[in-house]
Amino acid sequence: MEINDILMAGNKSKGQRPYYLDDPAVERVLNITMALATELAVLRERLDTVERLLDSKGVLAQTEIETFVPDSAAAEARQLAHARYVARILRIVQQELEAVAQPENNKPMTEIAADINEM
Amino acid sequence: MDYNLPPVWTQLQQHEVFPTFDHDERARYNFLSNLNRFIATTVAPATKVAYDRRVESEFVATHGRSFQNRLELQEAMQHEPLYQTWAALRRCTMEMRQQNGRAATLRQAHELAAKVENLNRDNDKLILTPNFVQPPYLEHVDNHLMPGSYRTAYFDKDVSNAANYDSGLFVTSGGLLGSLTDGGGKAIAHWVKEMYPDFKPKRILDLGAGLGHNTLPLAQAFPDAEVYAIDASEPFLRYGAARAKALGIENVWFVQMNAENMAAFTERSFDWVQSTMFLHETGGHAIHRITKEINRVLAKGGLTLHIEQPPYTADMSFYEQFMRDWDAYNNAEPFWGFLHDLDPRDLMQEAGVAAENFIQVYVRAINDLDTAQTDATMQEDYGRTPRWHVFGGWKR
Ligand SMILES: C[S@@+](CC[C@H](N)C(=O)[O-])C[C@H]1O[C@@H](n2cnc3c(N)ncnc32)[C@H](O)[C@@H]1O
Repeated sequence: MEINDILMAGNKSKGQRPYYLDDPAVERVLNITMALATELAVLRERLDTVERLLDSKGVLAQTEIETFVPDSAAAEARQLAHARYVARILRIVQQELEAVAQPENNKPMTEIAADINEM
Repeated sequence: MDYNLPPVWTQLQQHEVFPTFDHDERARYNFLSNLNRFIATTVAPATKVAYDRRVESEFVATHGRSFQNRLELQEAMQHEPLYQTWAALRRCTMEMRQQNGRAATLRQAHELAAKVENLNRDNDKLILTPNFVQPPYLEHVDNHLMPGSYRTAYFDKDVSNAANYDSGLFVTSGGLLGSLTDGGGKAIAHWVKEMYPDFKPKRILDLGAGLGHNTLPLAQAFPDAEVYAIDASEPFLRYGAARAKALGIENVWFVQMNAENMAAFTERSFDWVQSTMFLHETGGHAIHRITKEINRVLAKGGLTLHIEQPPYTADMSFYEQFMRDWDAYNNAEPFWGFLHDLDPRDLMQEAGVAAENFIQVYVRAINDLDTAQTDATMQEDYGRTPRWHVFGGWKR
């Protein structure tokens, strides 16, 4: 048998899955979030490995990382990256806000379709 | 400050057939064992606080009385947000642990099978039964959310589910079972030697031994004994026999056999019949067939012991029963609750142990990892705490 490890790793076990939160949709998001949290922890552990290896090979000392002060161009680039990152993560919140702020741009597509049919 | 951290995965003994984990696979397990410890030490106690402060008093206010059984309590808890969070997280980490362990072991399934087969070639310690029929209860459930459970081989001689099991108990227990995940077996071997220094079993039988985690310590404690590890699972026996060989243990035979019918063993042929975390994975009728078989194969003057979680006795609070019962329905251990409602004295009577020779004690895992939690810092995590109820006795 061919082993599709990607798909098979995530196989469901026998029996109906219980949901615990009042809204299963929230629990679905919780599960996705916890998986992402795991991957972030994994990335940090990997980065820690890289830092320690660089340190032990004398490429840089870990204290240099802790005391690193970016120059102004680097500081701005990094803050910009954070800003873009936050906006990506919280896209849905921004869009829910725009929906309320601009009701004229928030018609149901069926209504828009009917509108267009008259155009 | 002692943060009481779980050990890292690289502290596990990497025996010859142990799956190889790459950097990130290890890191996933390291994180998950921390997550489990956080859930056990911080989130689970919040559930108890909510129960004490809210759930019970609200029930009393509505019904004019407190809970009369654990099912009423269970029903009331379903609506408690702190319980919901705990349960959702616990389920989530169990599923993640399975997925991550499977991802690592399935990608190397063919290499693992080859390594195991190499050690098992000409290994007379592995005795499989062609056309073995799995007991129906093992077909019916994927125990502790392990897809395919013990029974499944994805190809001829596949051992990936056993390798996944071996790699992952570390995560579920937060490393509390030791570097070879054998803390239970070590504890029982130690206890028996301390209590009965004159007991020198020549033949030992371990029922539902799985891959032999807790069998090997018995064989090491009694190197002159012949030890039989029986199980229904071909992949676990294959992996277990290779693992034992890799660890240099030569007095354990891994035999595929149903514990309900051990006709291959003659009457009174064992001095010690042991089981470890086995009875709760059997069935309501099967368990009585098993106790009868224990009685049949156990020698007069022999010892039988069974490591389980404690039974739900009248003096156990409904809250504790409810928490202990959680695994039955939420971690796919459906017989767990029924077993713990049975009186171990009755079971042992069936196994040939008269009431006056009945024994029950608690033993705690013997853990060789120095980062293990100490007694003082150990949080009760009900079904997960590595402290077990042992029952059994002597057949006089
Ligand atoms: C939770 S595992 C315990 C493994 C081992 N005793 C340990 O402590 O690591 C339970 C084992 O019991 C086996 N089992 C369940 N019912 C059985 C039966 N009727 N005959 C033989 N093995 C059985 C399963 O295949 C599984 O490997």
